[in-house]
Amino acid sequence: MAKMLMKGNEALGAAAIKAGCKFFFGYPITPQNEVPEYMSRELPNIEGGAFVQAESEVAAINMIYGAAGAGARCMTSSSSPGMALKQEGISYIAGAELPCVIVNISRGGPGLGGIQPSQADYFQSTRGGGNGDYRHLVYAPATIQEAVDLVMEAFDVADYYRNPVIVLGDGMIGQMMEPVEFKELKKRELPSKDWATTGTNEERKPNIINSLALDPAELEKHNQKLSRKYKEMEEKEVRHEDYKVEDAELVFVAYGTTARITRNVVDSLREEGIKAGMIRPITLWPFPMKAIQNVPASTKALLSVEMSEGQMIDDVKIAIEGRLPAYHYGRSGGMIPVPEDIIEKAKEILGGVK
Amino acid sequence: MAKGKVYFNEDICKGCELCTTSCPVNIVVMDKERINAKGYHPATVKEMDKCIGCANCATICPDSVITVEREK
Amino acid sequence: MAVVYEKTKGLTDKQTHYCPGCTHGIIHKLVGEVLVELGVLGKTVGVAPVGCSVLAYDYFNCDMHEAAHGRAPAVATGIKRVLPNHTVFTYQGDGDLASIGTAEIVHAAHRGEKFTTIFVNNAIYGMTGGQMAPTTLIGQKATTSPYGRDQATAGMPLKVSEMLATINGAAFVERVSVHDVPNIRKAKKAIKKAFQVQIDGLGFGIVEVLSTCPTNWGITPVDSLTWLKENMIPYFPLGNFRTPEEVK
Repeated sequence: MAKMLMKGNEALGAAAIKAGCKFFFGYPITPQNEVPEYMSRELPNIEGGAFVQAESEVAAINMIYGAAGAGARCMTSSSSPGMALKQEGISYIAGAELPCVIVNISRGGPGLGGIQPSQADYFQSTRGGGNGDYRHLVYAPATIQEAVDLVMEAFDVADYYRNPVIVLGDGMIGQMMEPVEFKELKKRELPSKDWATTGTNEERKPNIINSLALDPAELEKHNQKLSRKYKEMEEKEVRHEDYKVEDAELVFVAYGTTARITRNVVDSLREEGIKAGMIRPITLWPFPMKAIQNVPASTKALLSVEMSEGQMIDDVKIAIEGRLPAYHYGRSGGMIPVPEDIIEKAKEILGGVK
Repeated sequence: MAKGKVYFNEDICKGCELCTTSCPVNIVVMDKERINAKGYHPATVKEMDKCIGCANCATICPDSVITVEREK
Repeated sequence: MAVVYEKTKGLTDKQTHYCPGCTHGIIHKLVGEVLVELGVLGKTVGVAPVGCSVLAYDYFNCDMHEAAHGRAPAVATGIKRVLPNHTVFTYQGDGDLASIGTAEIVHAAHRGEKFTTIFVNNAIYGMTGGQMAPTTLIGQKATTSPYGRDQATAGMPLKVSEMLATINGAAFVERVSVHDVPNIRKAKKAIKKAFQVQIDGLGFGIVEVLSTCPTNWGITPVDSLTWLKENMIPYFPLGNFRTPEEVK
């Protein structure tokens, strides 16, 4: 298929439909509005498909709970404050083990914050804002092509694990246009959805979609089962890109839009003879711990570059276990880091680390 | 008048007495001499010959304790 | 002799956890009986609420979802959009539907979602221990209205059926009671009509069922029937608020 120039938000919607998503439930919030707008245009033309503009993000995620429980491939999208409202539903969806894809085109916070790109939802996404012991995959695309690829794969991954999958793009990913192509996915063996509530036909016992277990022993057993599943994700689903890390003295850690800027920073520093490299987490959870741990012996320091006041830096520090100094450089509130400032910070660090 | 008969799945009776309010011939009573598996005095009918099989008792029973038969 | 009444196949064999005399059990039976009589049990998906009837998913003999507090109408919307030819219902109490879930029920009705809601109004929060509900009557004591509900600070009890009847998408709205056998029979008729409205694709249907809570009202189950009749019905009048021409 030929490449098409598409806006990020629309490409996300198109990718979902290509992946077999027939149901979308959403609520308007900037800067993700083109996703529901695209879905409202396209889904009614698909046999059996439906778009519903919910009364709130809370309702939208619960519609997902219903649709996913009934066995459908479904998606919702939102932006930071709206994602905050969805957290209750995400906890229930994780607890009831339902597959779905949730897109967050994030913006500045806290509170109503702003509408410009931000990466301040790292904690919300990777720690989970909902109650209880649960985890979900978080994909962080850096290009629109990668967003398309990850959304398509996210549906398979969600079905495979019976778990929600978050695709976290900042406002930049949602709003800019880039050429994309829709590639055939490598097929995963997916389990049948024999748990879905499609009616008993009075031939089998009722299927129940539920996250309640009043017996503590039963609930612990359920938590342990979920835990084993999350462990499997940590073993199999970690994804990252390493850029010129092999001999780097300074290793940047950056994801999404910030990684695009940092890539240029790495090249600029190298032109000046400073050996810089970058690890770009593609999955924020599970976080590429081993990639951080396995930085070469030449590495003297790590620098986490984020559009936040410092969130991913926590995971970088957890990963490196105090063996190397780990620094943070961030802009927030919708401000975008510029290469010059990152370079200055890098030089300051290298000057200080002997 | 149609003659009826009621059966109580006595062990699941919670002794709420709602059935006793609904019987038009006043024959559904609580058996104060016995205690069921749940620890309640279960509902019962001692004068079954008066039962008209109206199913009022079963209709109001919240716990599906009662099965009703009626002559055709 | 022929069997004229037995436990409906619309319910599972599980014994309910409801307190003695709680009329939730009666309402469960009516829903189960209607689903069997309409021949739709095998293609029905129900949604249980949070509250006393949270475990309803164990009692209805059909596929079930357990929803977050108040969210059942949103969950049912998701299910019905995926399975438009199935029968979908929510079963919700007054805390769930009339307090935390007002947005969800209003907008499901507003969109004319083709599912059926059974709304159980017993004027109190049962499961959490008898707190004031939006439907608690003026002067009625609850654990969070220990001096009796005061209109000045807590407002008047919310009349859900009257409110929803103003919404165009709510095709069928009726309030019934289960405090005696004639009313139970009427309640069943209303529930059947509400499901028929769904099956005929005519829109959203809700049956508000006045129900008792002997435990938290602090009176016997039998006295609760009388209390409902004498106190709830005067404020929450029984009757049909909307019926589509097709099922009249």
